[in-house]
Amino acid sequence: MEHAEKKPSYLQHHFADMEQQTDAAKLGMWVFLVTEVLLFGGLFGFYTFYRAWYPEMFMEAHKYLDVAMGTTNTFVLITSSLTMALAIRAMQLGKKKQTIAYLAGTLFFAGVFLVIKYFEYSHKIELGMLPGKLYFFDGIQAANPHIFFSVYFTMTGLHGIHVLIGMIIIGWVMVRTMRDDFSPEYYNPIELTGLYWHLVDLIWIFLFPLLYLIG
Amino acid sequence: MEQQNTATAHHVLPLSLYFTVAGVLFVLTGITVAISFVHFGEFNIIVAMLIATVKASLVALYFMHLKYDNKLFMAVFLSSLIFLGLFLTLTMTDTMHRGDIDPIKEHPIKKEAVFYNK
Amino acid sequence: MSVATTANYLNEEKGLKSWLFTLDHKRIGMMYLFAVMIAFFLGGVFAILIRLELLNPGQDFFTADTYNQLFTLHGAVMIFLFIIPAIPAALGNFVLPLMLGAKDVAFPRLNLASFYIYVVGALFALYSIVAGAVDTGWTFYTPYSTTTSTSVISMTLGAFILGFSSIFTGVNFIATIHKLRAPGMTWFKMPLMVWALYATSIIQVLATPVLGITLLLLIIERTIGIGIFDPAMGGDPVLFQHFFWFYSHPAVYIMILPGMGIISELVTTFSKKKIFGYKLIAYSSLGIALISFLVWGHHMFTSGQSEFSSMVFSFLTFFVGIPSGIKMFNWLATMYKGRITFEAPMLYTIAFMFLFAIGGLTGIMLGAISIDIHMHDTYFVVAHFHYTMMGGTVIAFLGGMHYWWPKIWGRMYSEKWARVAWALIFVGFNVTFFTQFFLGSQGMPRRYYNYLDQYQPLHMYSTYGSWMLGVGFLIMAYYLIYSIYKGPKAPNNPWGGLTMEWQTTSPPIQHNFEEQPVLEHEPYDYDTRMVVNDQLIKKEDVKEKENINV
Repeated sequence: MEHAEKKPSYLQHHFADMEQQTDAAKLGMWVFLVTEVLLFGGLFGFYTFYRAWYPEMFMEAHKYLDVAMGTTNTFVLITSSLTMALAIRAMQLGKKKQTIAYLAGTLFFAGVFLVIKYFEYSHKIELGMLPGKLYFFDGIQAANPHIFFSVYFTMTGLHGIHVLIGMIIIGWVMVRTMRDDFSPEYYNPIELTGLYWHLVDLIWIFLFPLLYLIG
Repeated sequence: MEQQNTATAHHVLPLSLYFTVAGVLFVLTGITVAISFVHFGEFNIIVAMLIATVKASLVALYFMHLKYDNKLFMAVFLSSLIFLGLFLTLTMTDTMHRGDIDPIKEHPIKKEAVFYNK
Repeated sequence: MSVATTANYLNEEKGLKSWLFTLDHKRIGMMYLFAVMIAFFLGGVFAILIRLELLNPGQDFFTADTYNQLFTLHGAVMIFLFIIPAIPAALGNFVLPLMLGAKDVAFPRLNLASFYIYVVGALFALYSIVAGAVDTGWTFYTPYSTTTSTSVISMTLGAFILGFSSIFTGVNFIATIHKLRAPGMTWFKMPLMVWALYATSIIQVLATPVLGITLLLLIIERTIGIGIFDPAMGGDPVLFQHFFWFYSHPAVYIMILPGMGIISELVTTFSKKKIFGYKLIAYSSLGIALISFLVWGHHMFTSGQSEFSSMVFSFLTFFVGIPSGIKMFNWLATMYKGRITFEAPMLYTIAFMFLFAIGGLTGIMLGAISIDIHMHDTYFVVAHFHYTMMGGTVIAFLGGMHYWWPKIWGRMYSEKWARVAWALIFVGFNVTFFTQFFLGSQGMPRRYYNYLDQYQPLHMYSTYGSWMLGVGFLIMAYYLIYSIYKGPKAPNNPWGGLTMEWQTTSPPIQHNFEEQPVLEHEPYDYDTRMVVNDQLIKKEDVKEKENINV
């Protein structure tokens, strides 16, 4: 039945059909996301253990984080997630220009996120609210506040690196979209990029209340 | 421009759904921030985490298409959370129980350690 | 190269470039095999040197510091560079798609990337040897690892990078096993090696990232001092151990599970009998993978973790014995009343069962807190994990290598020399390590370059054993390499195996199979199938023929 048909160029030789290829790719991506969850999970672990050991210190130190900036960044990241999802939808419908526009939007919001993060970081660095030995801020009374900032900087730092990597990948699929690599039949790379990007968003959704809104 | 006639038939979700989900995410973010200014004590973190979990589920189910995709992906994703939970729980059998029997173990970490020169 | 005539994956494309940029899982597997063998050789040399220093008490050849570096390098190289990738990435890469009846793994480019990431990681690890070798032990415990002046960073960075390689292999295998099984191959018709690789991949994917973040934090701790592992700064070094062992305990099952998979294949093929308890063996692989995540605290009974925690972990540890025991009894039951032949792979199978039983049972002993408190950090522990890792994994790896060697190269090795090498390795291994059980129970601590005179005789025997092992491996290297060039041509199915890798040519063609194979029988169905002259046939057909002849 299908043997006579010529295989499309984007179908790799060891797969029988597109469905098998797409499904395998998505499964692979989900399994990779599992590793991401556990990578961040380690840091969430540190957060949990140290918070349980030093509840007062966490309470006091977190007040020095900028809730306004954190909230803005949450909105920015959710919006970027929305545009990413819409980019995929546009490609499902074969609307190339829309796809590019949405991807560009995602890139833009990711950039905004990092810029805000930059201002937050530089403020902290100025005041000496730094991890570990670098810490020299005077305002916090509870013992070992540097631990809070170690946790803060490693968590948001690793997340920031993921945003940066995400931007590179989004830029790359944008170029590929412009090159007409994708069609409603084949848009795997955009979809996988989307999964990755949403996970970055997901992690922020937890980071934000844990670090900024301890209450 | 509907091109859903191919055999692959991906699930194209309506635009309104995406915007609704994003809207709910915005509202929930607002609620978490607002609640953090009210003090419930212990309760704060629970509420914040509940809301975060709802938000995360929305992103996973709709933006990441878990609701419509192969259920295997859902299982894979959930397994990561389960194993993370096991990891944290089992480690906490240690961190929360130091010194239950032997007080010397109580705080291997020095609570009042101050190393840096102010 | 006189006999090889037909086109196969080895000769279809020629030149170094065709190897370096290949996407063929078989070639990538072979490059991995080459790389892990170099690592094995290196780790082996370190081992021989360690044993040499221990031949006599006092300082003979190396200073205490050099000795510390030697055992660290032995451990780190053997674990991160050899034993973790040895079976999955080298042999597994080669056989997995063949066993599934697939043309390749799901993501061939990721597969190649995983190999090069391995090479980069290995370079970082090896660089640390020149740049003041690490002396922390392969476990990099804080706070020592954050304060020692040796090159901890390049070694841990190496291990971090190697983790990615391991993760990519795991991701690839999981997707391959889910999506690329041949028609007719349902989950419970997969070869048990595939089940084992699947369970291994799950562990790789779930555990490795935690090691990644831990080593990353260790590096940051060492460079800028974030204090989370430093007790002087309000941090907790015991947390490092938790994080480290959350990976490294499951990692020992990354090592042993594929070995068990190989044994499952070998025991049924060489007994020419349907495997006993197929489903239980399959489930027990998953069971081991699951339980492996729940027991890491048994490495930390003396670390200062809470008594409650030690109790929980000790209790949970005993559960690992159940699935391992299930496998062991099933293998024995498979052999019972089988038509066993004793070619080299089967000899390794039997050696595995003998050695792994000792390794496993001593593991249960060590899992009991009351015993472990006394045995902790003695040679008893050293002997125990060498019985599982070397007596288990390495022996299984060697068995698998001898089993698939004709498939890989299309050549047979010398059976006679294989037996000689096997005997030397088996006896040498026991002489080396059984003595260490005594040493440990008498109180000889591990990781010391010096010892009291009373331990000398046992240490001496142990060192002699290590020489026997060395000679055995040299002989093996010789006849295996010789066979690639001068060995007689191997038939497609020299052992009468029923799994799919034997249904293609030796060596396989580039796309593995002429046509998409279809699985028509139960796995290992020796009741109804047999192999005659490389042909898989139904037994009833033979009987009919005989009847006609009569």
